[in-house]
Amino acid sequence: MAKDLMLEVCDLHAEVAGKQILNGLSLELPVGEVHAVMGPNGSGKSTLAAVLTGRDHFTVTKGSVRYQGQDLLAMEPELRARAGVFLSFQYPIEIPGISTAYFLKAAVNAVRKHRGQEELDAIDFLKIAREKAKLVAMDESFLNRSLNEGFSGGEKKRNEIFQMLMLEPTLIVLDETDSGLDVDALRTVADGVNALRSAGRSMLVITHYQRLLNYIVPDRTHVLAAGKIARSGGPELALEVEEKGYKSIAERAA
Amino acid sequence: MAESTEASRLVEERSEYKWGFVTDIESDVAPPGLSEDVIRLISHKKEEPEFMLEWRLKAFRAWTRMAADAGEPRWAKVEFPPIDYQALSYYSAPKSKTLKKSLDEVDPELLATFEKLGIPLNERKILAGVAVDAVFDSVSVATTFKGKLAEVGVIFCSFSEAVREHPELVKKYLGTVVPVNDNFYAALNSAVFTDGSFCYVPKGVHCPMELSTYFRINQANTGQFERTLIVAEEGAHVSYLEGCTAPMRDENQLHAAVVELIAMEGATIKYSTVQNWYPGDKNGKGGIYNFVTKRGRCAGRASKISWTQVETGSAITWKYPSVILQGDDSVGEFYSVAVTNNRQQADTGTKMVHLGKNTKSTIVSKGISAGHSSNAYRGLVQIGPNAAEARNHSQCDSLLLGDRSAAHTFPYIDVRNATGQVEHEASTSRIGEDQIFYCRQRGLSQEDAVNMIVNGFCKQVFRELPMEFAVEAQKLLGVTLEGAVG
Repeated sequence: MAKDLMLEVCDLHAEVAGKQILNGLSLELPVGEVHAVMGPNGSGKSTLAAVLTGRDHFTVTKGSVRYQGQDLLAMEPELRARAGVFLSFQYPIEIPGISTAYFLKAAVNAVRKHRGQEELDAIDFLKIAREKAKLVAMDESFLNRSLNEGFSGGEKKRNEIFQMLMLEPTLIVLDETDSGLDVDALRTVADGVNALRSAGRSMLVITHYQRLLNYIVPDRTHVLAAGKIARSGGPELALEVEEKGYKSIAERAA
Repeated sequence: MAESTEASRLVEERSEYKWGFVTDIESDVAPPGLSEDVIRLISHKKEEPEFMLEWRLKAFRAWTRMAADAGEPRWAKVEFPPIDYQALSYYSAPKSKTLKKSLDEVDPELLATFEKLGIPLNERKILAGVAVDAVFDSVSVATTFKGKLAEVGVIFCSFSEAVREHPELVKKYLGTVVPVNDNFYAALNSAVFTDGSFCYVPKGVHCPMELSTYFRINQANTGQFERTLIVAEEGAHVSYLEGCTAPMRDENQLHAAVVELIAMEGATIKYSTVQNWYPGDKNGKGGIYNFVTKRGRCAGRASKISWTQVETGSAITWKYPSVILQGDDSVGEFYSVAVTNNRQQADTGTKMVHLGKNTKSTIVSKGISAGHSSNAYRGLVQIGPNAAEARNHSQCDSLLLGDRSAAHTFPYIDVRNATGQVEHEASTSRIGEDQIFYCRQRGLSQEDAVNMIVNGFCKQVFRELPMEFAVEAQKLLGVTLEGAVG
């Protein structure tokens, strides 16, 4: 009996600015599993993240994506988010003049409202926020700082994971969360991610390098090449990539 | 009339004379047109002392000369058809406003906006021109405030009352900051203004309340030519809130107000405005021309005048709240948010004129343009030959929404003392698609995302506003920019 699927990507074709990036990508992510998506630059990793979250200018020309059985592509970006899809951005955005706490309280309450839960007031929100901030070793003073403004690369990534912990999503897409992180920060971020691993939650860990996968060990690994999955395997596939490089794996697949 | 333009036709359509004329020409509304006779009529109707009439006539003559020479000022980056000043009626008794019997008679769209802004019910009625019941008797509320103010010696009343009750103060200060011949619209205002506010804070008195609620209740129906005069004596302190965060459907096309502030030694005047006059429809039809002269004089040593404005309404905004830094060590501040959407046009900014030694000024201007609108910052920083060690810091940021709006910055700097320090920072940015997407990816709607980003952009200015005003200003921004993106 097949496992319940969190995400089912079927023959996905997508283009940006008239250029075909995804070329028939198919992927099944069961509930409760963590899959790594690896690939060289330009293979379509970030495009996959953009299409899954509904970014403008990325046009799906063919194929389908089902999330918990629903047609994900038909949903507005904010509806996807409220339904539990979370993207940890490769380059988190700065919003001057808006504190992290204010922003995130609005986000958390938008999600809670969607789930039919009561909205959090400022006191409850801060109580939870302080707890979660500790998990990613963030000083709580950052809650009052403008969102990501003047944050270091590492702080921005930790802030992404912090937001993820607050929003408690069901499908998590990590887009090159390891880029720009030193070993200590990488460990902190991975701890935050692992804290959210659970039977009801699935993750897609998009990365160029294998090292993140030492900390977030995937159930399966997929290697992207030219907009589709060239090879799939267990966690050991990531090590093979590390050893032999993307080129040989893509060639073997071809 | 041969020169009957679209503008004058609209003015005619919108002026109350259509209704007022029929009932009683003599007592309620002056016939259209501007002449010495009309000025005399206004002064007579208001039972003014001789000096006021003389002052008005002087202004009228100055205006007549300006009208004959060059006409309306045309240097601002705004466009509008010529206004036929002879088609306007310059006096209508305030009572001629026909009150609606209940909120049921009010435009539902307007009520929906009130709802969004969270305006209290009774205030909604006043703003929409509905007769207010006894529960909320504006007269008695006003009296209560007045009593409290009178205890500490603060005079706060309508301009007409000030002319009657305190003619010596009016005579001493009126026109000392904005002279009758200052500019075209100020001259027009000086000649024909019918009412406004007057505030006098005696020596050493810290005004016990923000002068706001009173204003909202009493001045909501003030006509198109308002006059405000605020004097803070030595060591006095006053915070004055003008305007109203609700979209008042004032039907006057042309608003030409004048505000004068005078701060003596060690005195502080904080003047906050939230302006949301009718901006016209999406295609630019209708809306208020807001041509305003606001200026403060830091007359004494170590005095301070601070302007904060949030301008979201009007079809055209032309205003430059300024400070003349006359006293040594005096401080001038200008914090501004100007938002334009659809076909709105704004040319706004400030003048900081440093005359005294060690004077300091700060300018923070945030312009937001959406739709097909045009938004210009125009500012002058002038450092006179005697203003040793004067300092200015200016920051002008523009935010563009969509790809059809325009932002312009016209900074003028004139330094005549080598010890002066002037800093000017400017930035123009487009509201980021990636910022909006980031917010949406966290579950916020597009509209909430835009509001949040814009509010963040304006934060530096909003934090200068009194608390309750800041909250309303934020909401108002949301209403103004509705549908501006996407």
